[in-house]
Amino acid sequence: MVDPARVVEACVHLRDDEGFNFLADVATADYLGWGSLGVAGYIGTADGRDLNAPGSQGLERLPEPKPRRFSISYHLLAIPSGRRVRLQVWLDDGQPVESVVPVWPTADWHEREAWDLMGIRFEGHPNLTRILLEDDWEGHPLRKDYPIGGEPVRFSGEE
Amino acid sequence: MAVAPEKPRIYEGTHIPSPIPTVLQVPPELRDSDDLLQVNFGPNHPSTHGVLRLIVDLHGEHVVGLAAVVGYLHTGFEKNMEQKTWWKAITYPERIDYLSFQNNELVFVLAIEKLLGLEVPEKATWMRMCLAELNRIHSHLVWLGTAALELGAISMFWYCFRERDQILDLFELVTGARMHTRYFQAGGLAEDIPRGFFPEARKFVEWMPKAVDDYEALVDRNAIWLERTKGLGLLSAEDAIALGQSGPVLRGSGVDWDLRKAEPYLAYDQVDFRVPVYESGDVWDRYKVHMDEMRESTRIVGQCLDRLEGMEGKPWIADDRKVVLPPREELHTSMESLIHHFKIVTEGYRVREGEVYVAVESARGELGCYVVSEGGPTPWRVKFRAPSFVALEATATCMQDALVADLIAIVGSLDTLMGEVDR
Repeated sequence: MVDPARVVEACVHLRDDEGFNFLADVATADYLGWGSLGVAGYIGTADGRDLNAPGSQGLERLPEPKPRRFSISYHLLAIPSGRRVRLQVWLDDGQPVESVVPVWPTADWHEREAWDLMGIRFEGHPNLTRILLEDDWEGHPLRKDYPIGGEPVRFSGEE
Repeated sequence: MAVAPEKPRIYEGTHIPSPIPTVLQVPPELRDSDDLLQVNFGPNHPSTHGVLRLIVDLHGEHVVGLAAVVGYLHTGFEKNMEQKTWWKAITYPERIDYLSFQNNELVFVLAIEKLLGLEVPEKATWMRMCLAELNRIHSHLVWLGTAALELGAISMFWYCFRERDQILDLFELVTGARMHTRYFQAGGLAEDIPRGFFPEARKFVEWMPKAVDDYEALVDRNAIWLERTKGLGLLSAEDAIALGQSGPVLRGSGVDWDLRKAEPYLAYDQVDFRVPVYESGDVWDRYKVHMDEMRESTRIVGQCLDRLEGMEGKPWIADDRKVVLPPREELHTSMESLIHHFKIVTEGYRVREGEVYVAVESARGELGCYVVSEGGPTPWRVKFRAPSFVALEATATCMQDALVADLIAIVGSLDTLMGEVDR
């Protein structure tokens, strides 16, 4: 886990001193509502299971709380030694993070995808535009508060 | 008889465009030129392997600017998978890369098993390996057929699809479906291997090396093929690593890196195979890597069959009733099995809280799957590291100093599949 302000510093260190020359993936996750499903089969309370509520679909136990809403996981790989490491950064909504494109050029599209689908802003990215969705798309679909099936229908006569 | 041109020399230093590594910008001295022509290549072009749009700036026949626009095939697989129970979500990864479907299915199933800490029976491991390799040959055949077709070698397409059909027949025999088989379950396989599979698969293993020889005989000494592949689309080893390239593209650039050797998953440490590596990093070398890999995969399939034939009657799926569906016949006699069946089908099994990144070597390179589980019956987040998505990032680097006619050969040689790029 790394402080968002020092992510480039950490990446340069890992690349140059530790030999992690290959950025495999930049994976984001939104933890809004993490654990809100409650415990399955019972009504979960803060101190454990309480009333029997059969048929409810939920979790085995309440998960560990997460430090912030968003996580970015940089999956690094060292060729040829084959070691792997996951570098994780935690962010609040709207908080930007420095781009690692100068460290690994391959991060270009990964970060554009993270911006497009998750709405995480990368500072210093040379071309941070939407990649998979249209340029005028509203919202970031992989966020947990993005409505499912709520896509507006164009030319439907309502406008 | 054609003579192969001299071995091309790989450039020195880096060729990755700056500041945007994936966009080739028109050089300033040409920007005001009257001869500059901007052309849209795609999104609906027969040689884009899907719906890829390239905005190409042409100066005469030369490509001086290039930007790839993707997303035309975005279907939101990752979002969809968050809404499905774990075992229903297994059907999605296959459709992401619709040529290398079993490898995609495999990586997701491996991720679930890693979170669950589930032991998989030996028979399932070997059968998975057997099918994954058949699938690799299948994917390479489609690549070879279509890439050659784009360069005008039409007959190659028919020969490749002849062998591809044999593989699809084998898949149909085992799983009942020709594509998108959904044969891998968390814990093992969906069903036992049918007895008729072995003789049919043997026939294929015997046939395939001769077929690869035939393909090579068809184009290897063809002057047009050599002219259009040798020394084109150069990518150096350093640039390939910096751009995150994997699979045949990386090995065609002289980096000896294959996850099956480097991080053996399944039982790849128990089979004998070679990893083909070529040095020049051009279209020709990528083609050669594909050809050699088909031969090696055939050898692995043969070794898998040897092992599997001695495993008749052994279990094909783990005996964990909380995750694995009970045997069909038990449902008529055992109340408990019926309850388990009902719970797994309606609610789905729960997967322990945690996050994992699992990578396998798919036909196109490192296919990674990052899965986060909250401990519930559905995945919290699934993210695929799609090798095609990363391969397309190299287009701008490979296209420097290229002619417009080479564009198709070069994009083809990167072996991208738009379903996987856009997910």
